[in-house]
Amino acid sequence: MEEVKVYDEYTSSIFDGAENDPDNLVVVKNLKKYFPIKSSFFKITVGNVKAVDDVSFKIKRGTTMGLVGESGCGKSTIGRTLLRLIEKTDGQVFIGGKDIFALSKNDLRKERPNIQIIFQDPYASLSPRLPIGEIIGEAVREHGIVPPEEFDDYISRVMEACGLPDYYKPRYPHEFSGGQRQRICIARALALNPDFIVCDEPVSALDVSIQAQIINLLRDLQKQFGLTYLFISHDLSVVEYISDTVGVMYLGNMVEFAPTEKIYANPKHPYTEALFSAIPYPDPDYKVNRIILEGSIPSPANPPSGCKFHTRCRKCMEVCKYIQPDFKELEPEHFCACHLFNTPERQKELDELVAKMKAEEGEKGSTEKQKGNK
Amino acid sequence: MEQKKKSSYISARESRKITRFNRKVTRKLEAQRADANKDPKLYTTKMKDENNVVEFDNMCTYFFTDVGTVRAVDGVSFEVPKHSTVGVVGESGCGKSVTSLSLMQLLQRPSGQVVGGEIRFNKGDGTAYNIVNTPNSVMEDIRGNEISMIFQEPMTSLNPVFRIGDQVDEVLFLHHPDWTKEQVKARTLEMLEMVGIANKEGVYKMYPHELSGGMRQRIVIAIALACSPTLIIADEPTTALDVTIQAQILDLLQNLKEKVNSSIMLITHDLGVVAGMADYVVVMYAGRVIEKGTASDIYHHPSHPYTIGLMKSKPVVGHKSDTLYNIPGNVPNPVNMPNYCYFRDRCEMRCEQCNGDYPPAIKINDTHVVSCYRYIDKGEVLGYPKAVNVEEL
Repeated sequence: MEEVKVYDEYTSSIFDGAENDPDNLVVVKNLKKYFPIKSSFFKITVGNVKAVDDVSFKIKRGTTMGLVGESGCGKSTIGRTLLRLIEKTDGQVFIGGKDIFALSKNDLRKERPNIQIIFQDPYASLSPRLPIGEIIGEAVREHGIVPPEEFDDYISRVMEACGLPDYYKPRYPHEFSGGQRQRICIARALALNPDFIVCDEPVSALDVSIQAQIINLLRDLQKQFGLTYLFISHDLSVVEYISDTVGVMYLGNMVEFAPTEKIYANPKHPYTEALFSAIPYPDPDYKVNRIILEGSIPSPANPPSGCKFHTRCRKCMEVCKYIQPDFKELEPEHFCACHLFNTPERQKELDELVAKMKAEEGEKGSTEKQKGNK
Repeated sequence: MEQKKKSSYISARESRKITRFNRKVTRKLEAQRADANKDPKLYTTKMKDENNVVEFDNMCTYFFTDVGTVRAVDGVSFEVPKHSTVGVVGESGCGKSVTSLSLMQLLQRPSGQVVGGEIRFNKGDGTAYNIVNTPNSVMEDIRGNEISMIFQEPMTSLNPVFRIGDQVDEVLFLHHPDWTKEQVKARTLEMLEMVGIANKEGVYKMYPHELSGGMRQRIVIAIALACSPTLIIADEPTTALDVTIQAQILDLLQNLKEKVNSSIMLITHDLGVVAGMADYVVVMYAGRVIEKGTASDIYHHPSHPYTIGLMKSKPVVGHKSDTLYNIPGNVPNPVNMPNYCYFRDRCEMRCEQCNGDYPPAIKINDTHVVSCYRYIDKGEVLGYPKAVNVEEL
């Protein structure tokens, strides 16, 4: 089925002009990333995995945005696309007012120290053959952040800020525990003096007591250096703790984006509601009405038509099956993509459209039947 | 460089000594196990309390490795009562998985050995197996039939080259040799329906890679429950799954427990998961039980400093605080454990007494037991955990 694109102005205009405001460090507009599926022999593209499909958000300078969702919903792809580790398919990303995808190779290289990433698995993201001092210092030397004579001193200072004593410098990653390694990863990102750090599940591989250490460290560093984070995680309680705004993703779409207090106190989208009700609460007497979602996340290569969540939604309506809802501002700063919150006029328009599409579908079905009969 | 030597450096001579010692000990223990084959009396005992399914009594599981003896589980005692869920909580490396593997006799032998204590498993007729000495031939009847296990990674615990149906059938064929093919298939389909798979006939013929993570975990649960075991060990059943799928699986486990009428031993590091599921909670740290009690004992009156710290270090939705509490330091090295309280060096409430021996288990009310010197005057002392002196073996 061909994708129905209705009312472009509803989707494209939300964050237009937001990149001119120096307060917004990161502005993402209608970002799309499709991974082509090639046929095995002729390498012809036979379809697309829509990992990120029309996502928009903004992050204010010095704040943290949490990005949550189930695995396979495109959280990590967003993180990587923001850093231009992978190229986009469509859309725009502004970091500090500069369009990241419009930069030339040289300009991008100059921009790189400003945007850093902390990866999920501290066991896999450190080179086993380099000592710690070199892991942290390599990029510093490469980008000439400090003059060579201050180099050693600078690395020691960075390590100290991350809670690593400077006699660790000649040691190798295998000598450290998971929590220490994650500190090394943080020090490596911090050493370049970045504005913006993408934290891609930085604590999910760690134990609870070590998690708390790392989360506190990230927060302290944010206060100290005025960092901006994009915090990708599937642990909702950690996200609530650390973020100022939260974006909820489902199958490549952003379904809700709002300040943390608002979204946790009053989730609008049925998916967000179900997601938050599934958080295990550490109190045996605490009984919640858990909304249990049936089934599992559909394949992103062949997503359902209309609203992608309609196959699992409790409040699914007729319109959801045909038309993708607009991502729009319901209250100030509270964005949501759901047909439940359509204005009456818009609902009327959509109803007409649905009726039309149904009629078309019916025709198609009947002609096919006739063909079959013949 | 000096610090490095202290932590992990072993000279060639020491290394040879350790290897020789390990060979001697493991040979002796293996010989003891072989003896048990001859006489069933050696592995039959009596339960202390008939209402328990399993009793761990001062169980010690050590690993004889090339860097020294690792005391993975050192004097652990707790019980799993009938028809209840016991949650075992702790950080990675605290011995919670090794406890369950010892119960199933799935330890990597000969380097991993249960060197002391008893694990009593209720037969139901007044006698009990002492799992520690039970020979393999008898274990084969128990495993999967009376005790079954749900592993952490549903992706790796299913065989990728066999159909789902065949994998569920296999358990039934093994434990019910008199059943016909039709009976087995009917039971398998019944199990698949029970774990909430709508398209059971279709799934019966599918391969594991055709299913999602949540579905695979359902299959693993179906395999575990196929023979209606009296005890299900769920070793981090939801860690690899998403929050929404986790809620589905926990819900399913809770319902099935009532249907099949068995007990669950739920091993996890997530305090939230345990709170919703368990009747009793056991908190482990560095190979020892530091606190056990009913769920409300542990969650409403956590007593051991480690439990308190663990509760505080997990952010809770709806409770905003400025900084998160964190437990300083790391878990001690399991090769040479100190002889005082293992948590002393990380503890913020330590006192004079903590410099002495490892604290005994202290009963502070009918169900709540804690090993901490802060309660020594406030309850009945139950006794010290018994470690096994390796040199004497």
